[in-house]
Amino acid sequence: MIVLSDFLILGAVIFSMGVAGILFKRKNIINVLMAIELMLLAVNTNFVAFSHFRGDPAGQIFVFFILMVAAAEAAIGLAIVVLLFRSRRTIEAADWNELKG
Amino acid sequence: MLMSFETIVFYLFAALSVFAALRVITARNPVHAALFLVLAFCSMAGIWMLLEAEFLAITLVLVYVGAVMVLFLFVVMMLDISLVQLRAGFWRLVLFGAALAGLMAFEMIWVLGSSRTSTGRVAIKHAADYSNTKELGRLMYTDYVYPFEIAAVILLVAMVAAIALTFRRRKDAKSQGVPEQVAVRKADRLRLVKMPPENRARQGLDSTEEVAR
Repeated sequence: MIVLSDFLILGAVIFSMGVAGILFKRKNIINVLMAIELMLLAVNTNFVAFSHFRGDPAGQIFVFFILMVAAAEAAIGLAIVVLLFRSRRTIEAADWNELKG
Repeated sequence: MLMSFETIVFYLFAALSVFAALRVITARNPVHAALFLVLAFCSMAGIWMLLEAEFLAITLVLVYVGAVMVLFLFVVMMLDISLVQLRAGFWRLVLFGAALAGLMAFEMIWVLGSSRTSTGRVAIKHAADYSNTKELGRLMYTDYVYPFEIAAVILLVAMVAAIALTFRRRKDAKSQGVPEQVAVRKADRLRLVKMPPENRARQGLDSTEEVAR
């Protein structure tokens, strides 16, 4: 019998992998974006699981909007990456330090 | 105890998606990472199908695998990325990241696993003619119609922003500048040169030579 917490644990494991991926893959900003997609996927899984086990479709509506925002984020993020690659010839996150943050 | 079909499907897809996620964050080649992310999305779509979120599972495959990941692959292949060597201090960062992620996963599993029997024991059973897509569509166009409109506007803004960011005006493209044509003055185009008059006979000789040649 699969219960709610099984799905939540799956989401937690994949979310943690996304967090680790951001730290592992600082060489390549595209990999960082992929790790963020992984985290969003884990969060969406939690929403869908709660929606199923509570019988409330509002969670699925929320996932729909998250997917939409994630798609917009990916499009703009990749556009910025392309723009920065054109001017700097690198996609390493550590090399983009003009703002001295 | 014999495992039910749903249990087998869940563990199969969960193992696949965890494996794919692990390869996404460890693969050296970004193209491989993107393809493993596709595998993670597809197996997670299977899990969502198990959770009776059919519309979202299909949307995940269509929108994410079909559009967003193809965009990722385009960008990965367009930027010729040399696989760079590891910088000093990389392994320290990997250890830190693994420790942080492990701690996070441990905490969440501890908390969520302890409530294994308390919540969500029984899933709500729907009628046989229940349509997930229909229900979502009904909600989206009634209760959530304003967020839906805002979502459309956000997508439009994202599209305009992405095009405006990456658009490059070509230097060698030929196009007509009508305002400049209208505003042009005689002095811009025409230059009057003072020069002494030429010898007519000499000029005639030159032109006959030109014809003969």
